[in-house]
Amino acid sequence: MTDATLGPAQSRRPFGISATALVFAGMGAFTLLNIVIAICVGRYGVPVGRALEIVAHATLNPGAELSEIDERIVWLVRTPRVLLAALCGAGLAVSGAALQGVFRNPLVSPQVLGISQGAAFGGALAISLGIWGAPLLIMVFLFGLSALAMVGFIARIDGRTEIITVILSGMVVGALFSAFVSLLQYFADPNSSLPAIVYWLMGSFATATWERVGIAAPGMAIGVFLLWSLRFRLNILSLDDAEARSLGARPDLERWIIFVLVALVVGSQVAVSGVVGWIGLVIPHACRLMVGYDHRKLIPASIIAGAGYMVLIDTLARTMTTAEIPLGVLTAIVGAPVFALLLRHHYREKGSK
Amino acid sequence: MIGLENASVAFGKRTVLDKLNFNVPRGQCMAILGPNGRGKTTALRAMLGFQPLASGSRVAPQVVGYVPQYASASQSYSVREVVVMGRATGLGLFGQPRLGDYAAADSALERVGAERFSGERFDRLSGGERQLVLLARALATGSDVLVLDEPGSALDLANQQRLLVMLDGLRQQRDKAIVFTTHDPNHALAAADTALLMMPDGPALFGPVEEMIAPAPLEALYGVPMRLVEMEAGKGRTRAVLPAFAGRRAA
Repeated sequence: MTDATLGPAQSRRPFGISATALVFAGMGAFTLLNIVIAICVGRYGVPVGRALEIVAHATLNPGAELSEIDERIVWLVRTPRVLLAALCGAGLAVSGAALQGVFRNPLVSPQVLGISQGAAFGGALAISLGIWGAPLLIMVFLFGLSALAMVGFIARIDGRTEIITVILSGMVVGALFSAFVSLLQYFADPNSSLPAIVYWLMGSFATATWERVGIAAPGMAIGVFLLWSLRFRLNILSLDDAEARSLGARPDLERWIIFVLVALVVGSQVAVSGVVGWIGLVIPHACRLMVGYDHRKLIPASIIAGAGYMVLIDTLARTMTTAEIPLGVLTAIVGAPVFALLLRHHYREKGSK
Repeated sequence: MIGLENASVAFGKRTVLDKLNFNVPRGQCMAILGPNGRGKTTALRAMLGFQPLASGSRVAPQVVGYVPQYASASQSYSVREVVVMGRATGLGLFGQPRLGDYAAADSALERVGAERFSGERFDRLSGGERQLVLLARALATGSDVLVLDEPGSALDLANQQRLLVMLDGLRQQRDKAIVFTTHDPNHALAAADTALLMMPDGPALFGPVEEMIAPAPLEALYGVPMRLVEMEAGKGRTRAVLPAFAGRRAA
């Protein structure tokens, strides 16, 4: 639909269609640019033209023999890594945006609900038991979900669930699972499983392979797609319960639908790349500044910007020093100051109302 | 159209609603008055289906346009985005508003005279403007029933007047059942056909506004001496109720 076909009512649309389109185009370009850069740079540099040629060739001829070294690096090492980073970034950002909507609180994130900690415990347990691959993903998801179920159970008092009790229960459950993870580390074999757990917990895409993309992609794709489909409903759920109910929503039930989708996305992400914080906090905030609060714009914007940002962070993590910097460290170093600024901006604006 | 049949609600041992009965047909506007804690809000919530009933039943259509006293303003949506949320009832879990929904939202905004701040941010509006927008959202649901929780209670006199004139205009169109709670008997005089008085002890009184908003029932309701005054206002004579509070008599 173009501006010309819209009636007078539509031309009054806030944020004007063209301005929003411009922001989305910018975000899309940012993400694409980061993806292309990520595929080219590294200790073995590949020119842009050659890299795109390799990707196009391998996509069009699946199963073709990759004999050249640059082909193997681009297609077997970097492309799955970039894809995985993009997927995880999009998933974390959209999860954060959705949770902030249903909690009507800009400071919540998957960590706050204890999902990440529960999922991390599931993963650490799997590694201690020598389990990898798809079964690890299942354990991660199940523990993430059970952390969420525990939060729901604790927070439900006399048949009602208050938002503040959910947040506090999330912190309690998160602390409990963090303690369990420490316990596992204490008992882990210092020669084999301990370094694996520690490295995995710090978060990294270094071990990305096409197989891992295959493991993480279905859960992520389903979760992100459904959260995107629920974008208008998220507007309704961000209202007071009474208002939401009068508009035909069942806030209690529908909030849990969102939580389960978030657990699916975060579980899939934790399974393949460990705990990566801050994305779900920083990206939705930045997107709100650019496209506004309406989830119909905020959700797609978070998906696009989250993907680009995660790819950028991962590229920095593997190129800034000769050794890889753990992702969790970088996202915190970049995210914490950015978030502090956003926070001040947010409350200054609130105060000026 | 909307009402309660023998509805009872108890919080612990305290009975808040005791076999409350009323039904507001299409084309009528009813005001609910009562002292604090007597169950106005509970009756409103019961009517909207938010309050489980210990016994009795609720009569209401599927969708009820609801205007809360205050709006949640935790998210900075634009006015138009707020009003189009009224269309959510027909859209289901995964639905997205379409052009027709935006048209309905715009015409609701026009109906309450709020179209000029359609593009502004809801949380930056004044209290009076917000109430108009919430009224527009309730109208945008397309429901035949409108329920308002203490409309205008937080507004200055000019904005109260504006809102009451708006409400009276909706009443005169006679195409909706309207119910509102209020602390001010003058609101009932300005915009309601009938009034339900939730007496401090004993069953609720129901009747036309002319009979209910009178000194005797209101004195029984609030325990404050009341007087009905007639005065010249605007184009004709109008009536108002005044409470005579005890305390210092400045005059």
